[in-house]
Amino acid sequence: MILDFPQLISQWETLPVHVFTAHEKGEILTIGAGTASGAVSGAIQGTASGAVTEHWKWPEQSNVDLSMDWKKAARITAGIDVGSVSSQAVVLLDGKLYAWSSVRTGSSSPDSALKALNQALKNTDLTLEKIPYVVGTGYGRVNVPFAKKTITEIACHARGANYMGGGTIRTILDMGGQDCKAIHCDEKGKVTNFLMNDKCAAGTGRGMEVLADLLRIPIQEIGPLSLKVEEEPPPVSSVCVVFAKTEAIGLLKSGWPVEKVLASYCLAMAERVTALLNRIGVEKDFFITGGIAKNIGVVKRIERILGISALNSALDSQIAGALGAALFANALLEKEERGKS
Amino acid sequence: MIANYGYTDGSGEYYISINTSFCAECQTHPCISACPQGVFEMITDDYDEPACSVKDSFRKKLNYTCSTCKPARKSSESPLFLPCVQACVNRAIKHTW
Amino acid sequence: MVVAGMDLGAKAIKVVILSEKGVSAKVKLFPDLDMAQSARKALEEALVQSGTELHELKRIVATGTGRSAAPGKPALVTEPLADAKGIIALLPLTRTVIDVGAEEGRGVKITPQGEVVDFAVNEKCAAGSGAFMESMARSLELKIEDFGEISLKATQAVPMNAQCTVFAESEVVSLIHANTPKSDISRAVHDATASRIAAMTRRVGIEKEVALIGGVAYNPGFVEALKRTLSLETLLIPDHPDFIGALGAALIAYEQAVN
Repeated sequence: MILDFPQLISQWETLPVHVFTAHEKGEILTIGAGTASGAVSGAIQGTASGAVTEHWKWPEQSNVDLSMDWKKAARITAGIDVGSVSSQAVVLLDGKLYAWSSVRTGSSSPDSALKALNQALKNTDLTLEKIPYVVGTGYGRVNVPFAKKTITEIACHARGANYMGGGTIRTILDMGGQDCKAIHCDEKGKVTNFLMNDKCAAGTGRGMEVLADLLRIPIQEIGPLSLKVEEEPPPVSSVCVVFAKTEAIGLLKSGWPVEKVLASYCLAMAERVTALLNRIGVEKDFFITGGIAKNIGVVKRIERILGISALNSALDSQIAGALGAALFANALLEKEERGKS
Repeated sequence: MIANYGYTDGSGEYYISINTSFCAECQTHPCISACPQGVFEMITDDYDEPACSVKDSFRKKLNYTCSTCKPARKSSESPLFLPCVQACVNRAIKHTW
Repeated sequence: MVVAGMDLGAKAIKVVILSEKGVSAKVKLFPDLDMAQSARKALEEALVQSGTELHELKRIVATGTGRSAAPGKPALVTEPLADAKGIIALLPLTRTVIDVGAEEGRGVKITPQGEVVDFAVNEKCAAGSGAFMESMARSLELKIEDFGEISLKATQAVPMNAQCTVFAESEVVSLIHANTPKSDISRAVHDATASRIAAMTRRVGIEKEVALIGGVAYNPGFVEALKRTLSLETLLIPDHPDFIGALGAALIAYEQAVN
């Protein structure tokens, strides 16, 4: 039958709307809506006031192998990886790891590159002028003024992982601050298939930082805490970080303990990145690099979903990109020298 | 090398996958001019090989950029009607969505 | 005969009460975590406004993401069906409906009878929804009501790189630091959202007239941005655009009750 629409919808324009709120208001809800996101974006720019505790930041680090002597080295090369959140520098002597550092990226990429290199060399008398070949990589790679060449982070991570984990490595997962890379490589560390997702924050370090800041838990503690659940909860259903945050607040309000929320969030992130890995195909050996490699809560869950363990390395997983860049620098310098002789 | 440019977000997976091992032998690179949006460019990759790639400025919005070539919902069933896929005789270009 | 249509959205519950005398209540309620209880309260308030007793209510039809929590054993319909039914009653020339809500965007192609031909939806990424614009307004320290208005004063089109809400927050902060006027940033945000919504709608094919519904339709900046992106002279916007889903549900309820 045909309905008499005009009659049914009479007064549509004129009848006022009545608005109500459900009385209950959540304390956590206000954190989620305002300060958390503000603090994250503010802190990234280095403008957050001193009062804000930055739970999401990894500490700065550096190391030098004092048993080596740079003055005896035939070739000194360096790689600088300027990432969105942190920057790393690696210095090699004849292709062997000598010094490295990981520092926070500031607002200027050239300054961050220099800061990383100086941090790596702080306990040595080696200086930038004595390093003939520097390769820049990472998202800020075009802004490393003293780099002779820039190489994509995909190629550098594969090369670095090949050094750190050995020639048997075929699959590399790199979870950086602002992107996630799945790489397949050959026995020489040459990339054969890759995928990089830097469009969406889900599955990146930033996705985890948003949670750390929301719950006010230092980022180093998230992984271990998330493993303290007796039974694994289902993953947070939203992929999108914005919606996952809302969901996490809801779960907390409904009485879930923090560990359970963390477990649910870590599992969602693990499922998310394994989907990316499966797109390029997972083959042993498997290696994880980047900041999230330090989050045992995510790593353990990725291993469980894939049914394979990630190879361990004595070296800090965050330096893979810079290490690869330095290895490229070493090979390029060698090639140059051969060309001259 | 198989290069996947694009992204996964909450709404789906959007990748253009390029098998760049064909690019070295290819003389004319018809894919570059085939795309009405100018998505592709030739680069020299990290191993000094010529390679077709998706321009950086398009990598985060392929779903939106390619929507003009994909008006029908089930375009994935007949991918050959996409100009980029059709242009490459080696069928080195694939869309995942 | 009195019927109710309910739209249980991500951010608000909307209720419309209809009878042959016309619309007798339009109620919006912002729920807490207990969706079922909030929905019950919304329906009760709507009955009070319309001066109707619960037992007089012949039928309830619910739509929206939270529709399973609606009270009184309602019939459930999908959002595209409700959108189509609601818009065709108010603006019969509509062939394409674009619905942008708090957490999802939707493009629906409809027949002159208000039947759904095809639809596309973006429900799992905040970037194509009202949530994106709210987050950006917050980063700009602007009230959401002023956000669209300000974008109309933009003098230049600044590009925005980030597509993700989380990354866009920091990009907006750097634009502010670079002394980019808030009006220009605001326009960039609106243009970016409009381009996502347009791309989604193109998947179903855009046929005129095009109508915009959902809470975002109140935002003049978004309306202009969407017109620009779709190269449209006119974009139809009904009165109370955020209530169209609830109206559609109520009209379906009436139809079902009569039959």
